[in-house]
Amino acid sequence: MSVLVDKNTKVICQGITGQQGTFYTEQVLSSGTQMVGGVRPGKGGSRHLGLPVFDTVQEAVAATEAEASVIFVPRAQAAGAIMEAIDAGIGLVVCVTERIPVLDMVKVKQALGSSNTRLIGPNCPGIITPAECCIGIMPQEIFQRGRIGIISRTGTLTYEAVWQTTTHNLGQSTCIGIGADPVHGLSFSDCLEMFMRDNETEGIVLIGEIGGIEEEDAAEYVRANKTSKPIVGYVAGRFAPTGRRMGHAGAIIQRGAGGAEEKLEAMASAGIHIANSPVTIGATMAKVLASA
Amino acid sequence: MNLHEYQAKQLFSECGIPVLAGGMATSATDAVRVAQQMDTTGWIVKAQIHAGGRGVGYFEGTQTEQGGIRIADSTDAVRQAAVDMLGHVLVTPQTGPSGREVKYVYVEQYDDDVQRELYLAMLVEHRTSQVTLLASATGGEDIESVSLESILDQPIDINAGVTIQEVSEMATKLGLDDSQTEQLHSIARAMFELFTQRDATLIEINPLAVNTEGRLIALDATVTLDDNALFRHPEMEQLRDRNEFLVGELEAVEHGLNYVKLNGNVGCLASGAGLSLATLDAIKLIGGEPANFLDVPPVAEVGRVKQALRLVTSDPGVESILVNVFGGGIMRCDTIADALIMVNRETPMRVPLVVRLAGTNADFALRRLRDTGLSIIYAQNLADAAERAVSAAKHKEQAVRRSWWERVMGSQKS
Repeated sequence: MSVLVDKNTKVICQGITGQQGTFYTEQVLSSGTQMVGGVRPGKGGSRHLGLPVFDTVQEAVAATEAEASVIFVPRAQAAGAIMEAIDAGIGLVVCVTERIPVLDMVKVKQALGSSNTRLIGPNCPGIITPAECCIGIMPQEIFQRGRIGIISRTGTLTYEAVWQTTTHNLGQSTCIGIGADPVHGLSFSDCLEMFMRDNETEGIVLIGEIGGIEEEDAAEYVRANKTSKPIVGYVAGRFAPTGRRMGHAGAIIQRGAGGAEEKLEAMASAGIHIANSPVTIGATMAKVLASA
Repeated sequence: MNLHEYQAKQLFSECGIPVLAGGMATSATDAVRVAQQMDTTGWIVKAQIHAGGRGVGYFEGTQTEQGGIRIADSTDAVRQAAVDMLGHVLVTPQTGPSGREVKYVYVEQYDDDVQRELYLAMLVEHRTSQVTLLASATGGEDIESVSLESILDQPIDINAGVTIQEVSEMATKLGLDDSQTEQLHSIARAMFELFTQRDATLIEINPLAVNTEGRLIALDATVTLDDNALFRHPEMEQLRDRNEFLVGELEAVEHGLNYVKLNGNVGCLASGAGLSLATLDAIKLIGGEPANFLDVPPVAEVGRVKQALRLVTSDPGVESILVNVFGGGIMRCDTIADALIMVNRETPMRVPLVVRLAGTNADFALRRLRDTGLSIIYAQNLADAAERAVSAAKHKEQAVRRSWWERVMGSQKS
């Protein structure tokens, strides 16, 4: 078992003919992922990298039965691309595009609310079930199929955590990079729920960072939904300089959350094992699993 | 992008949020001219910096006891206030200890007619992913002491905008009468329009004054625009205050890099924001002090990486440099290696360089670096890299001290 994606997941790429879309589709094709086509308005009917190209997601779904889509569309059109995938009934949308205006994402969130689509991202590395399916931009050579579920808010730090679980010979069941934007799709808690249910996942790594309330919510979720699987957490930015503030609204809306210490405290008190340093994420998980 | 009060109030008056007459000045003479143009006998002079708490702030290294907001009852007093503020560093609870230099003042009509001060703000609430209107019956500087539970929040449907029902409920709780409720509705609608049409991430009115005639007026204005949406508002780009950046930061922004200047001696360059923060953590946890950190976005090409390396090394406080890159996708380690080789060819590194490369093309990149024979300290992993960089910086420090000591001792002997 794995989470959300496996070797049977049929994937299309929105923005397949662009530079990034081309680069990653080539990478993903070589990994065994079932890429079945792409979308580029105006280029329907042509082929790219040996795959059929469609004008709309709707047409792509009708022809290929795709159930997942990865989006490499430029940021000005990215929210529209996500909405199109939602309308076409795509079950899993991974949006890699970064720097999407936050109000565009507010509209996307509203559309997601009344749909059956799950969104990963935007501004995220995507999702991978090693040796079965990779939807996104993660470097596949650092993965090893195994026991750990990884959930991360940051891109490159995800790779660091993956690499450490690989070098400790734990491997990964599935790894999800949910993205660092304030308004995004799947949350830590959503992913925790799936990994807690997954048979193959024996331990879960949670990589957070300062700002937002994702880690506090995850801690609350763990407290309310007991699991026998050990969870290891790390929060990046304990020593980041505190920036200037504009006004009070940010502090009001956070209601005391957001700082590294608050996050670590919330996570620790929910029974999450804290990796104090980014260099001990893998070692902490290995130790916790060995003593379980 | 943060706007100054004078810029925000310009936007307010364009969209129909009531403000008092006022104008911006960059010199004391200007300030007096602006004051004379207003039909009033009282003025308020306000330092324009991108941080709040100006009224309770203080000016670094001056005799002035007053903060960044001053009432003036004559044009001479306006002149004096401008002289005391312009060119001086204002430190407030929101600026951090280093404060900000005041380059502009806003001279505004003074309204001594204020009956109450409310608080009103609009932002995107991350927990609900919705535009949210915040209000408090107690505003002004007292907002700091208001309990979070007593602040009212109202989610706004992005497609429908602010409704009269939503505002009415809020107004009742704020203790406003019918006429004031109507005014609040019109202000909230204007805020929503400004928020959505200019892609703001924050609009704050603190205080929103109620005067003795029962009129609502925005006495202060804070607006932050979404940097990620500026591409659709090119006209807003001219409002950017380039003075707000520290040395190096503006250059970084212009090259699409994220650069933060710190006070230590280890220069850090890492790929991606999360890995940059983690590199910082790793250095601090073993007793090191980062001099800066620069996050190279994962789509960087050689030119940008070169620029990044130059920025990190140009910091005079740097005693060692740590390059920590995890290649993935488009960000390949050989791009980093090429940039390192080129920068070194142009200006050889003056401090020890510690390199940790992992992920896409790491082996290939390391081979390439080794073949050039550059003087590099190679690290196996993040832990190793942090230790080597911190210890290299310490040795440099000790070497400098030793040479100073030897010089001192030598001169004594002779």
